[in-house]
Amino acid sequence: MSGIPVLTLLTVLPLVGAAIALWSGKHARGVAILTTGACVALALSVWTQLPANGSIGLVEVHKWAPSLGIEYHLGVDGLGALMLVLSAIVTLMSVDAAHRVHHQPGLYFGLVLVLESGLFGSFTALNFFHWFLFWELSLIPAFFLIKLWGGTKRGPAATQFFVYTMAGSVALLVAFLAVFVATRSMDFPHLTLLASTGELEQMVTAHLGPVTMWLAVGVLAGFAVKVPMFPFHTWLPAAYAEAPSPVTMLLTGAMSKMGVYGLLRIAIPLFGHQIAQMRTPLLVLAVATVVMGAWAAAAQKDLKRVFAYSSVNHLGYCLLGIFALAVPYSLGDAGQLASQAAALNGVILQMFNHGVTAAALFWFVALLQQRTGGHRGIDDFGGLRKPAPVFAGLMGIALFSSLGLPGLNGFVGEFLIFRGVFSLAWVASTVSILGLLVTAAVVLTVIQKVFSGPVPEHCKGFPDLHTGERMALAPVIGLMLLIGLLPQLIVNSVNPTVQNLLAHWRF
Amino acid sequence: MLAWTIYLSFAGALIEALLPKGKAALARWVALAVAVSGLALAVQGFVAAMGSDQGVRTVIVDAAWVPAMGVRFLLAADGISRVLVLLTGLAAVAGVLFSWNIELRTNEFFAFFLALIGGVYGVFLSFDLFLLFVFYEIAIVPKYFLIAIWGSTRREYAAMKLALYSFVGSAMVLIGLLAAYAASGSHSTGLIALGNANLPIGFQMWAFPLVFVGFGILAGMWPFHTWAPTGHVAAPTAASMLLAGVVMKLGAYGCLRVAIGLFPQGLDPWGFSFIGVGSWRDVFAVLAVAGIVYGALVALAQTNFKFVIGYSSVSHMGFVLLGLVTLNQIGVTGAVLQMFSHGIIAGLLFAIVGRIVYERTHTRQLAELETMHLSKRLPFAAWAFVIAGIASMGLPGFSGFVAEFQVLVGAWIAKPWWTLAAGVGIVVGVAYTWRAMQKAFFSDAPQTAHSLEQEHAHPLAALTWPEITGTVLLAGVSLVVGLYPKILLDAIEPAVKTLLAGGGR
Repeated sequence: MSGIPVLTLLTVLPLVGAAIALWSGKHARGVAILTTGACVALALSVWTQLPANGSIGLVEVHKWAPSLGIEYHLGVDGLGALMLVLSAIVTLMSVDAAHRVHHQPGLYFGLVLVLESGLFGSFTALNFFHWFLFWELSLIPAFFLIKLWGGTKRGPAATQFFVYTMAGSVALLVAFLAVFVATRSMDFPHLTLLASTGELEQMVTAHLGPVTMWLAVGVLAGFAVKVPMFPFHTWLPAAYAEAPSPVTMLLTGAMSKMGVYGLLRIAIPLFGHQIAQMRTPLLVLAVATVVMGAWAAAAQKDLKRVFAYSSVNHLGYCLLGIFALAVPYSLGDAGQLASQAAALNGVILQMFNHGVTAAALFWFVALLQQRTGGHRGIDDFGGLRKPAPVFAGLMGIALFSSLGLPGLNGFVGEFLIFRGVFSLAWVASTVSILGLLVTAAVVLTVIQKVFSGPVPEHCKGFPDLHTGERMALAPVIGLMLLIGLLPQLIVNSVNPTVQNLLAHWRF
Repeated sequence: MLAWTIYLSFAGALIEALLPKGKAALARWVALAVAVSGLALAVQGFVAAMGSDQGVRTVIVDAAWVPAMGVRFLLAADGISRVLVLLTGLAAVAGVLFSWNIELRTNEFFAFFLALIGGVYGVFLSFDLFLLFVFYEIAIVPKYFLIAIWGSTRREYAAMKLALYSFVGSAMVLIGLLAAYAASGSHSTGLIALGNANLPIGFQMWAFPLVFVGFGILAGMWPFHTWAPTGHVAAPTAASMLLAGVVMKLGAYGCLRVAIGLFPQGLDPWGFSFIGVGSWRDVFAVLAVAGIVYGALVALAQTNFKFVIGYSSVSHMGFVLLGLVTLNQIGVTGAVLQMFSHGIIAGLLFAIVGRIVYERTHTRQLAELETMHLSKRLPFAAWAFVIAGIASMGLPGFSGFVAEFQVLVGAWIAKPWWTLAAGVGIVVGVAYTWRAMQKAFFSDAPQTAHSLEQEHAHPLAALTWPEITGTVLLAGVSLVVGLYPKILLDAIEPAVKTLLAGGGR
């Protein structure tokens, strides 16, 4: 497919779908399924076209506004392509799950598709302007999806979500303004190159004084809100709980990855040295994210909030891996690089796995709500394995995947992260294991309370999954098993990228 | 050909004035025809100059006018002029479209409207100071009548205030210009000739602030901005659009072309500094930043929807002034782009608030709009405001982002703290836009049976074609420029370069 601008095509496709969906009223969901299905196929084709050496491929470069350092520069490596596949899958799942949008379905699915385009754009952009455009573009539809289709407290939740993310974006923008003033470039690969030789810091210092550290803080703040990292996570539970469940799937499955991706594509490559200087406090925050997320999940009564905090916990492992591998000194042996590579492979796998698993969990919550007239409290259910064995089985697999059971996808990423982090920052990894234990307790409590015990009155006629739902969910559960058993499907393509990234990072 | 934009507009104004009363439809169509022809000429002029050196001014008309004083009828254009003429053309077409429902003395309304437009075209194309000043004055008079006759809230007061502020500004400009003419000793009022006259630095030191403030008043420079919010609010929609869209740009254009162009050394350091302020440049940067932050904060506190937009104009014009005093390529380019961008976006915001919403709800109070569920009843207006609001907040993808980004970069190069202070204005800008949008369109006011019944009994009128066309036109332009700023930057950058180089810096 050389010569065809696949990545541009991928970004534009959902926008076209959105335009059609807006005008197709009741048939909007059909349009959305077709569009997102096509996007999955296209994203998979991108995945197969990656360069074998892990460098950035499928590059498209065009002039845009050269005097401002703005270029139309697209490309993906294993990391970007995996995120494309994930976004495409999660959006398809979300559209699948949203079959009860009665209120303005055209607008709803239009916004979902615009959001998808925002995801694709930000995962393929290699120029700050272009990236920022799509980063913000994804924010607007997300806001309105919460605001217009959310639960009873949707107004404040949507506003909080928007204000937090905007504040993060402003920090990012100011930092990049400074980078641009100093280097006259907004091109990620170029800036990465400058940073890897230390020139970036010299140029910033020459133009603006010793502010590189502050720029690193600004960039980190922008991503910390999005991921989110403790203590910037407070917008998340309200937003995840108030958003309609299919939208929560998008928020946690795909949008939270924009933050982690930003750390890997922008923060570490450009400010790896500064981040390494701040490694200890950052590791403390990462560990706090892991542990706090798990404990907070244990304290919740609302299933959506349980899974919301559990998402915070799972993304905390990504933060842990990223900050742990930013070692400001060399241990002087080959083991260090191997550990860093393991941690980074783990982080990238964890991004994918958490996306699929968390989206699936919120899907199951949506199904629970549909079947019981909106109940989603952890104590509202019981004994569901009797009336709905297939439902219980499939949701059980998703829950165990979230727990990190070997053989399922969740295990591989977390294992690799701990494998890497343990030799790089053993205290952090030891404390974080607490998070694993508490998460296990949370998941088992959910299984216990929802699937066993006496069946409450309103769950008596709880219908099992019908054929359509089984067919929709089966591929997702299958994917969890597939990645769990054959992680090399992803690792084989991601590992060259990991080596390539590590070779260009300077701590 | 660009000169015809001026002639055509004045001819249109004359025809409108002579039209028989009571032929409202005819008056509208004539006005639209004139405005569209003007836009077509502006586009043609813009496109024809693409690829040529936009830094060099192209003389369009050059004829002796008052030979005794060396005054010539000199119309010319460089990249900056062409961009602003294009803006004027767009604002004129949109203004006519959003005035489609004017029933009171329709032909007179459009006569004043077109005269104002003609004056604005004239200012942007004049390269003779005297001529520029004449057009500048011509533009003030119709403004007064547009507000005083067709305005709303406290219209006489607002119109008079606007006119007085404008005339005070003009007087300051005039004094500066006459002094420059006398001091130069040359026998010409041409901008270029005066610019090359090597005016003594001591003279420039007092002439520069006089002229800069004189023009700055019309650009909404804090603390001389107070005419702007009252004027914008009182004016009929089309006049608000023109006031914010192009008239404020006249002031900013004068600051750049005349004040900075003629008296570049007026910006030099005084040789001493007082609390970090060591030149007129610092003074005006402080005023610009104050305007950005003050305008944004005041907008945040408004209860009247139109006042929110009125104060936001003060804030956004602060970016223009800040960009101008950076005196570097990127900052000044950003300022010119911001003139264009704000002209489009403010026009769109005023159109939605003053026309689309007000004509149907008859209120501009946010508290009342909050109870009306407008996102459901006027979805087009709600989503148009979302787009305009996003553009106004300076989110990427729209023209405002590129412009403000450049101004911020320019300011950072000049003095980083300017950027930080202006950055605060951006954050507050997000907040007030967001607040207004939430309250006016997306509030969660409970829908009682009674209110539903009421809403059912009094449905809001559907949007008309001129409203939709105008909205799409303005939003589309902002989007195109936001996504492909090169289209305008190619014209602005060389012209700014020449201007700054000519300014001896």
